[in-house]
Amino acid sequence: MLDATNVIKTDALIIGAGPCGLFAVFELGLLDIKAHLVDILDKPGGQCAELYPEKPIYDIPGIPLVTGDGLTKALLEQIKPFGPQFHFGEMVQTIERIGDPEFRVTTDAGKVFECKVVIVAAGGGSFQPKRPPIPGIEAYEAKSVHYAVRQMEQFRGKRLLIAGGGDSALDWTLNLAPIASHLTLLHRRQEFRAAPDSVNKMMALVGEGKIDFVLGQVTSLEGSDGQVSKAIVKRNDGSNFEIACDAILPFFGLTMKLGPVANWGLKLTDDLIEVETASFETSEKGIFAIGDINTYPGKLKLILCGFHEGALAAQKIHRYVYPEKKLTFQYTTSSTSLQKKLGVA
Amino acid sequence: MPKITFIEYDGTVHEVDADIGETVMEAAMRGSIASIVAECGGSCTCATCHVYVDDAWLEKTGERSLEEEEQLDNAYDVRANSRLSCQIKMSEELDGLLVRTPSYQGR
Repeated sequence: MLDATNVIKTDALIIGAGPCGLFAVFELGLLDIKAHLVDILDKPGGQCAELYPEKPIYDIPGIPLVTGDGLTKALLEQIKPFGPQFHFGEMVQTIERIGDPEFRVTTDAGKVFECKVVIVAAGGGSFQPKRPPIPGIEAYEAKSVHYAVRQMEQFRGKRLLIAGGGDSALDWTLNLAPIASHLTLLHRRQEFRAAPDSVNKMMALVGEGKIDFVLGQVTSLEGSDGQVSKAIVKRNDGSNFEIACDAILPFFGLTMKLGPVANWGLKLTDDLIEVETASFETSEKGIFAIGDINTYPGKLKLILCGFHEGALAAQKIHRYVYPEKKLTFQYTTSSTSLQKKLGVA
Repeated sequence: MPKITFIEYDGTVHEVDADIGETVMEAAMRGSIASIVAECGGSCTCATCHVYVDDAWLEKTGERSLEEEEQLDNAYDVRANSRLSCQIKMSEELDGLLVRTPSYQGR
């Protein structure tokens, strides 16, 4: 199963491409340490991208005001000289120690990395779809309730119920309408926070009688052996009705869950990774944790603290990646060698 | 100092002193109201600080903004008196405010 030619080799594997993971690339890069980054989101920026792309951040040193999106773009520009490799839409599943230190890391997409060190910069954990609080929904999950569409074909000829009013709900309504035998879009109000073009296309399908759009919220499910048969839906006036369906796709945004981090054998306190504060190494030699995911006396969950943690971690990581080399501390302002790495000298 | 009463979905009652100008969510965090999560820290981007405002206080707490209305699409069991507590700012006028929390905030 493990084909050596497909193994991706790198010095450092960074789990999480939020601001701290991105800036770690810079600090590692100055020390000639190459990095790959894995993130479950389909884009860089972490919470800055997912939770507050348009919101102002006021506490980045030297930058009085920047948006989450602006900070992400600036960091990407800053780390460009170091050629980081990104692996988006993937979640790191396992970390196996194969050296002292050296690790083999696998993702849920089947990728295999071999690296000297792992940096966990996973913030609040991984962003995963919100699960609606419908009693007994767990029993239907993966069989007839799906939070993501992996293969459209599995819905061919089925009666689909899509719940939600954002871009995911609208996009999948448009994509699955031609495949499903019947499709109902369920949303709590008339308005959508999706791309206007998608809303128009959806309303056109409703007008042509190809799909149904109904107002309400699912309160319970009926079915057996994981196969849903109908959803009980509450209208805004409190009355109930039923929608017969073979599959349900709820799209209510994302929430942060610790996920596989809990399985990596790291010492945790309240779901946060314990680190020592000289190098931000965890209880496992060669595995580091920076940013919101770590904890130590005095910890503050600030982006600027995560930057500092990345800088210190890089110093220790240098010893693991280049055990023979002595590290001389240098400033980017005055060091020609650092400036060459940055492509400015 | 205006007071807020939180009644959690399991019936637990908490009274929290709020500062003028802080949000109901911020007061809830200080008061350790477990059923308010506030994942995004008050940016109106996660819908995990959802509350039901008691009918007697609906007028004084005002209307949902467009941003809040859109974010409520990611909440569950949204009712006519649903609000995101990070979007209600405390004032003397809201002294005695009563809100209830839903059973589930999304995680």
